[in-house]
Amino acid sequence: MAGSTEPTPAQAPVTTDRPGLIKAVPVRHPGRWVGIAVVVVLAAMFIHLLVTNKAFEWHFVFEAMNQKPVINGFLKGTLLVTALAMIVGVSGGVLFAVMRLSPNPVLSGVAWLFTWFFRSVPRLVLLTTMGALGILFQKGLSFGVPFDWKIMDWLGLSGDLRFATVNANTVFSGLVGGVIGLGLSEAAYMAEIARAGILSVDPGQTEAAQALGMSRGKVMRRVVLPQAMRVIVPPTGNETIAMLKDTSLLIGLPVITELFYQLQSIGSQYYKTFPIMVAATLYYLAATSVLMVGQYFLERRFGRGFGGGPRRAPKPAGVETI
Amino acid sequence: MTELIEIKNLHKSFGANHVLRGIDFTVSQGEVVCVIGPSGSGKSTLLRCVNLLEQPEEGQVFVRGEDITDRDCHLDDARKHIGMVFQQFNLFPHLNVLANCTIAQTTVLKRSAAEAEQVARANLDRVGLNDKVTAYPAQLSGGQQQRVAIARALSMDPAVMLFDEPTSALDPELVGDVLTVMRKLALDGMTMLVVTHEMAFAREVADRVVFMDEGVIVEQGPPAEVIGNPSHERTRVFLKRVLDPTHVEPS
Repeated sequence: MAGSTEPTPAQAPVTTDRPGLIKAVPVRHPGRWVGIAVVVVLAAMFIHLLVTNKAFEWHFVFEAMNQKPVINGFLKGTLLVTALAMIVGVSGGVLFAVMRLSPNPVLSGVAWLFTWFFRSVPRLVLLTTMGALGILFQKGLSFGVPFDWKIMDWLGLSGDLRFATVNANTVFSGLVGGVIGLGLSEAAYMAEIARAGILSVDPGQTEAAQALGMSRGKVMRRVVLPQAMRVIVPPTGNETIAMLKDTSLLIGLPVITELFYQLQSIGSQYYKTFPIMVAATLYYLAATSVLMVGQYFLERRFGRGFGGGPRRAPKPAGVETI
Repeated sequence: MTELIEIKNLHKSFGANHVLRGIDFTVSQGEVVCVIGPSGSGKSTLLRCVNLLEQPEEGQVFVRGEDITDRDCHLDDARKHIGMVFQQFNLFPHLNVLANCTIAQTTVLKRSAAEAEQVARANLDRVGLNDKVTAYPAQLSGGQQQRVAIARALSMDPAVMLFDEPTSALDPELVGDVLTVMRKLALDGMTMLVVTHEMAFAREVADRVVFMDEGVIVEQGPPAEVIGNPSHERTRVFLKRVLDPTHVEPS
């Protein structure tokens, strides 16, 4: 083994006596065994509770989980809204982060204002407010010149300067409203995460890319953002998991095609509150576990070139390689 | 010989620190110029003004006759003809060696992927690293990384190469590899502007040595004159400190 190739220290006394065979014993870890015993007892107590306590009503739990409206709510209200809101959130967040770091004071001011507003409003309040926004646009949500009637009046003309009108209720309510509300709120948090990621990239990278003649946009897209992703991905995984759970707030809008609302309505119908909460927990546990696997692969993808490959082992000075 | 780089009355300050105090200076086609001087003398800043990584407050920088300090100048266009090698290499760590050398070719020069790869491989061959194309920068030694950085700059077919203390961050035993590549480049007729502390390299390879101190050019001329027989006291003191560091008296 490694010990036998080591040279004898110069000062060591040279003897012809060889030490006798030693009886090697593995290092003992008594603390670990105590720990294992404690954990085993606690786990047994927990399993005992799960199996023997009648209040769980496992049969009812799995039957509730298997109901069509529940599955439908899980797929649409929970999974689909999470995915879409995160797409809105991540792309919006990166955009606002780039704006925030722009030398243009208008762009960075707008990005700051957006972040300030959407980080300040709680998601439940935001979604409930969105559900009520229709009152502002009773004749539909119109896009055009502001103060158009005043301007037309002043010019002595009639008519308006509105180019497109959509029904406010289709925008602000239902799953669309949920995606917009949660997505904008997420964009505010993601803007800060993406900004931290961009700032984590060595300024020398930007200089090197600029010196090669790359434009500001190309430097950002091809050099800075791919490296910032390494810092952005882990907290984004966190945000996605938080978003998955925050879809239970969609009821504020109100949206009822959603897991938690559907389960709760079954629960109140049969007066079985606790088993329903167990069913909801199981759903969220399963979905979160899948997301964590996805995060692992994303982190590996964006960690390339940062010590992911074979590393050169550090070698103490003066040591010859054998 | 035509003037490739022409600098007129260049001034640059960082806050209250007046780093460049009126630099007038030219580099001709095919010339190798080494800039030496004590740290803080402004030599790196001068180099970074040539491709406008630093924006000078006053003065003009002409590269191939074009005033790149002019606000109307297409800076990105000008920069693609100016290769730059940094003290800290600044390779792109998320890309492998080949992609480091092709990314600007395909995105800036609009070369096809195949052509870019051919050019990159030829330049990696030139710096002796054609066996490392699939490696990532973190898997290379400092000397190898700096040679990849040189190949990356050369892949743009630059008219001039700027070197900002290219060997200062290297372990002593790796300096030679990089200097050998630079010497080969000089022999191939590349126009080079090199900020360096390697006096032996400057003496042997440079056509002209520029000594800077406190933001001005103190003297310049053939290496045998500036390094071998300096006419200014400041140059003499600096060279004594650099060439014989163990015999500098504590001030």
